[in-house]
Amino acid sequence: MATKSDGPLDAAPRVVWYNDPLWRGRFFQALTLLAVIAVAWTIVHNTAVNLERRNIAQGFGFLSTTAGFDVAQAAIDFPKDASYGRAILVGLVNTVIVAVSGVIFATIFGFLVGIGRLSHNFVISRLATAYVELLRNIPLLLQIFFWYFAVLGVLPAPRQSLEPIGGWVFINNRGLYLPEFHFGAFAGWGIVGGLVFGLVVSWVIRRWARIRQAETGAQFPSGWVSLGLIAGLPLALFAASGFDLSLVAPRKSTFNLAGGIQVIPELIALVLALSTYTASFIAEVVRAGILAVSHGQTEAARSLGLSHGHTLRLVVIPQAMRVIIPPLTNQYLNLTKNSSLAVAIAYPDLVSVGGIVLNQSGQAIEVIVIWMAIYLGTSVATALIMNVYNQRMAIVER
Amino acid sequence: MKTKFLAATFGVLMGTTATAALAGTLDDVKNKGFVQCGVSQGLPGFSQPDSAGNWAGLDVDFCRSIASAIFNDPTKVKFTPLSAKERFTALQSGEIDVLSRNTTWTMSRDTKMGKFAGVMYYDGQGFMVRKSLGITSAKQLGGASVCTNTGTTTELNLADWFRSNKLDYKVVSFEKSEEVVKAYDAGRCDVLTTDASGLYAERLKLTKPDEHIVLPEIISKEPLGPMVRQGDDAWFNVVKWTYFALLNAEEMGVTKANAEETLAKTENPDIKRFLGKDGSFGVDIGLTNAWAFQIVKNMGNYGELFEKNIGTTSPLKISRGVNALWTKGGLQYAPPVR
Repeated sequence: MATKSDGPLDAAPRVVWYNDPLWRGRFFQALTLLAVIAVAWTIVHNTAVNLERRNIAQGFGFLSTTAGFDVAQAAIDFPKDASYGRAILVGLVNTVIVAVSGVIFATIFGFLVGIGRLSHNFVISRLATAYVELLRNIPLLLQIFFWYFAVLGVLPAPRQSLEPIGGWVFINNRGLYLPEFHFGAFAGWGIVGGLVFGLVVSWVIRRWARIRQAETGAQFPSGWVSLGLIAGLPLALFAASGFDLSLVAPRKSTFNLAGGIQVIPELIALVLALSTYTASFIAEVVRAGILAVSHGQTEAARSLGLSHGHTLRLVVIPQAMRVIIPPLTNQYLNLTKNSSLAVAIAYPDLVSVGGIVLNQSGQAIEVIVIWMAIYLGTSVATALIMNVYNQRMAIVER
Repeated sequence: MKTKFLAATFGVLMGTTATAALAGTLDDVKNKGFVQCGVSQGLPGFSQPDSAGNWAGLDVDFCRSIASAIFNDPTKVKFTPLSAKERFTALQSGEIDVLSRNTTWTMSRDTKMGKFAGVMYYDGQGFMVRKSLGITSAKQLGGASVCTNTGTTTELNLADWFRSNKLDYKVVSFEKSEEVVKAYDAGRCDVLTTDASGLYAERLKLTKPDEHIVLPEIISKEPLGPMVRQGDDAWFNVVKWTYFALLNAEEMGVTKANAEETLAKTENPDIKRFLGKDGSFGVDIGLTNAWAFQIVKNMGNYGELFEKNIGTTSPLKISRGVNALWTKGGLQYAPPVR
C-alpha cells in the first residue's frame, strides 16, 4: 500500500458515517425512492378508497359484460351479445386499419412531394412547396372536418349514387360500395399459395444473385424475375382454376345499398385527412434527407461511370435513408396517435368505442388505463420495428 | 434543512387521507357560495344558453331552484355544459355538484354512478325521418342508417329494439348531440333517434324543420331526472326535496305570483308547514325554514316551469301528458311535508 500521508485516496481523513459522501448519497437515494413509492401508494390508495365509498366497482371484470350497443364498422365479428372487451377490440382493429392505411398513403404522398420540392421543374417544385406550407399549417382537426363535410356535402344520396363502374361500384354520402369477391376454393388457395411461393423463391434468387455478383461481378435481372414470380404465379394458378371468381354487387334497397363491401365516409375522410397532413411533414423529412447527402457523393458516383439511376439507387438513397428514418418514425407515431381524433367524426376507433364503454359501464379509470396501455403498446411496437429497420439501413463501419 | 423539508413533504403526503375529497357537498356549496350544475351542451327547452348568453330551460331552472332553496338567490349557479359521455365522470369526480341534464334514470346508473333525486320529465325514445321517404311506422325502418348519441341509453334501446323486431340497421354515433343533428341534416343517415322531447327540440335546429316527421312509436321508458353523487345523504335530501317542493307547490296552488300573499294569509296547515311557518323542516335538512317559499317565490312551481320552458306556450309545444300531477291523471307525485 502507499505510504504518502497526503495521498488523496488511502489517507482520506476518518469521518463519521453520516458525513461520508458514499453513505449520504445512498441515504438520499433511498429517501427519494421511498417518497416516490409513498406518492404512488397514496394516489392508488386514495383512488381506491374514494371509488369504494362512491360504490363504484373496480377491476376489469366488466370487460366480459354484454355491451348492448352497435358499432358502425366492425372488421371482426361483433355479434349482438358481444362483450365490452370485444367492443374495445373492434375499436383497436379500426384504429389499426386507419393507422396502417394512413402510414402507407402518407409515405407515398410524402416521398412524391418531398422529391417534387427538389425538382428542377419550376411548376412542380412550387406546387410541392405550396402543398407543404398549406397542409402543415392548418390544424388537423379542421382538415378532418373539411374532408368529412366535403365528402358528405358533395356526394349524392344513396338512390342517386354515382356509379363509376356501372352496377358494380357505387359512391354516395353513405360511403364507397364495392362488390364482394368470392373466390372458388382452388382459386383462393392457389392465389395465396402462389403468392407465398413466389415471395420465398424470389428471396432465394435475390440472395443467390447478390452473392454471385459479389464473387464474379456478373449481374442477374433479379428484379424482373421476382416480379414475374410474385405476380405471375398467383395469376397463372387463378387462370388454371378457370377464373373461378364470383362477384356480388351491392344493390339499392329502401334506404341504403345492401350487400357488397361498404367503406364508410368517416374512414375515407379520416384516412385522407391524416395521410395528406402527415405527408406534408414526411415531404420535409425526405427533402432534408436527400439534401443531407453531399453533392460530392453524386459527382464521385458519376465520375465512376454510374448512370443517373444507379447513382440515386446505390449512392444517394441509402445515405439519405439513414437521415430520413428516425424522423419518419416520429411521423408514423404521430399519425397513429392523431387517429384518435376520429372521435370527432363518428369513426369508431379505439378512443371512440372506448368512450362508449366508459360511459355505459362507468369504469372510467379502467378504460383510461386500457387506452393508455394500448397506445403505448402500439407506439412502442412501431418504434421497435422502425429501429430494427434503421439498424439495417445504417452505414456499417468497417 | 433538506431532510426536514423531505420529512415534512412525506408527512403531508401521508396525512392526505382518503377523506380529503369527501367533505359534505352541502357545506362545500354553502362555503363557495354557488351551485355547480352540469347541463347539456344545448338542448332547446331543457338547457340552452339564450341570445344573451344566459342558460335557460327546465333542467336549468331546476338548478336555479336549488340555489333559491339554499341562498334565496336563483343566480347563484354556475353551469358546466357536458356531453353525454362526460357527464358521469364530471359528477363522480366532484367537478359538478348536481347533474341536471336530461339523464335517464336506469338501475345501473342509480346504483353505480350516482343517485337520482326525482323525475323532472317522463320521456320515451322516438324516431324522426324525412317526410319524403313516405314512412309511417318505425317497423318500416329495416336497412336504414340511424344517427344517435354515444354513451346514452338511446344507443342501447336502439340496438335492442331493432334486434327484437328482427330488423337490420346501421348505426352512426356521435359524441355531441349537435354533431348528430348536423349529420342527419347533411343526409348521412335516414333516421334521427333520441328522447321524443329531444326530437321536437332538435327539429327546430334543422334547416327545414317542416320536412321531417316524428314517427308514432315510443320504444322505451326514459325517466329524466337530476343526479347527485353516492354517499352524501345531506346533499341528496336537499336536491330531492327541491324537486318535491316544486311538485307540492303546484299541488297546493302556490305560484310565483301568489307565494308572498299565501304565506301571509294561509290557514291551511299543509301550506303553513310547506312554506315554513310551522315546524323546522327546512332547518332539519340543513337549510332555512323558508327554503320552499324561496323556491316558489323565485322560480314558481313545477307546472309554471314546465309551461314556460317546454309547454304549449313555448316553441316546443309539448303537452303535459304523463307529466301532469297525479291529481290530474299524470305520474308526478310528491310525498307530503310532514
